[in-house]
Amino acid sequence: MPVNETLSQYSDWSYTTSVVVYLLAMIFFLVEQSFGKHGKRVAERTRERQLVGAGAGSGSDVGTVEVAKDVPPSTGRAPRTRTERLGRMGVALTILAAALHLAALVLRGLATSRVPWGNMYEYIAAITFIGVVTWLVLLRKYPLRHLSAFVLLPVVILMFVGGTMLYAVAAPLQPALQSYWLVIHVAAAAASSGVFLIPGAASILYLIRSAHDRDPVKFGRFGPKLPSADILDKVAYRTTVFAFPVFTFGILCGAVWAEAAWGRFWGWDPKETVAFVSWVIYAAYLHSRATAGWRGTRAAVINIVGFAATVFNLFFVNLVSAGLHSYAGVS
Amino acid sequence: MSDRQTVTDDAPQEARPAYRQTPTRRALAFLRNTWRKLTSMRTALVLLFLLALAALPGALLPQWDLNAQQTEEYIAENGWWGRLLDRLQFFDVYSSVWFSAIYLLLMVSLVGCLVPRTGDYIRAMRSGPVLTPKNLARLPHHTRAEVDDDPDAVIASVRRRLRGWRVTERTEAGGARTISAERGYLRETGNLVFHFGILGIIVAFAIGAMYSYEGQVIVHADGQEFCNSGIFAYDSFNPGLQVDGTELNPFCVRVDDFEPTYTDAGQPVNYAADIRYQSGEDLASGTWRDYRLEVNAPLRTAGDRVYLLGHGYAPTFTVTWPNGESRTQTIQWRPTDLNTMLSQGATKFDPPGVTDSRTRRENQLAVTGLFAPTAAFHGNILTSSFPDLTEPAVAVDIMRGELGIDAGRSQSIFEIDQSMVDSGRLERVARENLEIGESITLDDGTQISFDGVRRWVSLQVSHDPTQGWMLGFAIAMFVGLGASLSVKRRRFWARVTPLADSTGGGTSDVRRAVVELGGLARTDQAGYGEEFTAISRDLLGRTPQD
Ligand code: HEM
Repeated sequence: MPVNETLSQYSDWSYTTSVVVYLLAMIFFLVEQSFGKHGKRVAERTRERQLVGAGAGSGSDVGTVEVAKDVPPSTGRAPRTRTERLGRMGVALTILAAALHLAALVLRGLATSRVPWGNMYEYIAAITFIGVVTWLVLLRKYPLRHLSAFVLLPVVILMFVGGTMLYAVAAPLQPALQSYWLVIHVAAAAASSGVFLIPGAASILYLIRSAHDRDPVKFGRFGPKLPSADILDKVAYRTTVFAFPVFTFGILCGAVWAEAAWGRFWGWDPKETVAFVSWVIYAAYLHSRATAGWRGTRAAVINIVGFAATVFNLFFVNLVSAGLHSYAGVS
Repeated sequence: MSDRQTVTDDAPQEARPAYRQTPTRRALAFLRNTWRKLTSMRTALVLLFLLALAALPGALLPQWDLNAQQTEEYIAENGWWGRLLDRLQFFDVYSSVWFSAIYLLLMVSLVGCLVPRTGDYIRAMRSGPVLTPKNLARLPHHTRAEVDDDPDAVIASVRRRLRGWRVTERTEAGGARTISAERGYLRETGNLVFHFGILGIIVAFAIGAMYSYEGQVIVHADGQEFCNSGIFAYDSFNPGLQVDGTELNPFCVRVDDFEPTYTDAGQPVNYAADIRYQSGEDLASGTWRDYRLEVNAPLRTAGDRVYLLGHGYAPTFTVTWPNGESRTQTIQWRPTDLNTMLSQGATKFDPPGVTDSRTRRENQLAVTGLFAPTAAFHGNILTSSFPDLTEPAVAVDIMRGELGIDAGRSQSIFEIDQSMVDSGRLERVARENLEIGESITLDDGTQISFDGVRRWVSLQVSHDPTQGWMLGFAIAMFVGLGASLSVKRRRFWARVTPLADSTGGGTSDVRRAVVELGGLARTDQAGYGEEFTAISRDLLGRTPQD
């Protein structure tokens, strides 16, 4: 199948533009985060809502009768400050960038007449897209907007590395990858890795916030601007619980594909091994939340380690070790 | 369920000072404590970490069974450190003692965890929802209202609303009627299925490692045949511990043709081999069936699988000795660059018709060097510019002397024995670039010609009787995981207390009751709030906070 050069060119432009727009959005969020009282106010509000205890999940949550009246009447009705407007513009920019990002992926796919996750450049583009979309979805439920920069930062770094050092020209797939399992297996792997970005970031913020809660001197300026530790923990847990089965599914599909392509469903190839290791770490995370003395800080650390393993798998195993998975399209 | 686990973890060991400590008792207590510790959630956690940690070296260090050559080099490069790691089985991680120990402990812990939990699960399923707590106001979800309704009618409407829940109705000592309801049992079911699935996977994997085998063989794509008749038929063979190679599933494969397709830039687009095979009754009747073997599309027959792993070229050389005798051989050469398929190899010849073994041994010939499917010359140096066969050429050294193949040591078919060259017993007598049809004449009149090229494919035969089980357990695990992570286990209680009319009328026709509702999510709290609110609204006709 020949490659459509024009579409591929548009895809590249789209990609670059989206990185730039993400950067811009990040600056907006950073301004909001650093100068706005917003972060602080939201943090306080959520702490109050925590008292309510009942499923503080959605913004419209009503809680129980007795305590509900303690909750300030509503969110965001107060006159908007300038910084808050910046934050809203940040979200708008993020959505625009995500649309460009999606366009880059779709155009790549059209240019090559295949799924756009056949090499490392494309794979990173897909992962970061999923991460951003997950974040945008979470923003609708949780008061996290002013923290968006902490999610966009890894996204921009990954996309920059992907777009410069790992860039691969649009090309057809090599025979080993020509299988519908590529669609399923890699899509599941990319989706879960992308979502795992969020609990990783939330867990780091959780550690900061809970260190501040224990000793208000620590992170004295930054800590109070974060949402309550409970919210961060919840965000991390919910997203992990969503991503973990997807990741499990991805590994299972990988095994089925490996059986068809390499002659065995499991062979401790470096990529398989590190995927197994991250899977076990995330399983440990879920266990830790049901184990006395392991909730909270330790669980957050485990989650961060899990994401570190995921990133390690993406970079180290693709670029440094020589396994059967070396299809990265980088040489 | 997690409650129970947590409690076990936190509970101090019961003190039993009243008993005299006999040795037997002490031993029993020790065993019991060990078992308790081993099956506690905390141990499971630690074991999971250890497993992750122990698996990691396998990704970072070369492994014997994945790449023996690389492992050997690594050890050689790292001196005593490499040898120490080797002794500690770091190049054999997944069959090492320590990895197996963690794996086994985790399995024991899993069993120890699953058995009591299954018991609890069955008991919980039998006994129904728990008693209504005395003070519903202390629950995370709670509401209270007075209604103008008859308690029986209220109870009936609660029951109606809680369709799909497990419901138990009780009457308390004070005359209050209660309903306890619970929903989301599927979560625990899923959790058990998930963990049993894992257990199944672990066991099946261990059995698979014992009874599976894998063999590789190179077959020329010109109608050459391969039969799975024993280990000797393979170039390399990795048996499981319980496989001795005597009872392999019988089948035969014949490779008729191999066609790679490439883009103009030389990127491979497709590999396919046309093969014929026979197994089962076909073996007796001599019937051959056609199959197109491709990457990602193995042949499945006789319980085994045949894979197309790689391909390469086998140049044909003819040696004509001065006495007129000639020998022709087509031996596979090994690709050294997969992008251009530049290949390397050694085709070895014995002089024919020499009876004296010493003379014969000392006049052996080897044609060794490079083969390029599409030749490109840089000066006199041969390289390949394209992986497909368009302009084949070889750059060969002709070696004469003692090859060392009779020394009893096995020798790579792709190389000559360098020690023979070093000791002077094997000498280079010519070096030449040849295209098809060209030949070299040696000083003694021996003529060596490059006649043509054949393609070969490397096939792998894999056998693993546990595969189907593995898939079954994996699916069970996955479905269980889905249920256990998505279903929410929650409880709902209602207490309906008839109100004695305090306004003085005292007659029973004033139908008034206090309705208290309470809710508790047993797992993740989030999300139950809305459901509770909805139920309360349906029952009391308004939202709780009105
Ligand atoms: C191969 C080892 C194991 C793996 C990979 C594993 C994995 C998991 C996973 C992914 C979950 C999350 C599902 C959920 O939250 O419902 C889970 C839950 C759980 N596991 Fe394991 N597990 C293993 C061994 C064990 C052992 C040995 C125990 C017993 C000590 C155990 C007890 C539990 C319990 C009680 C839960 C429920 C936690 C909750 O309710 O949130 N697991 N396990």
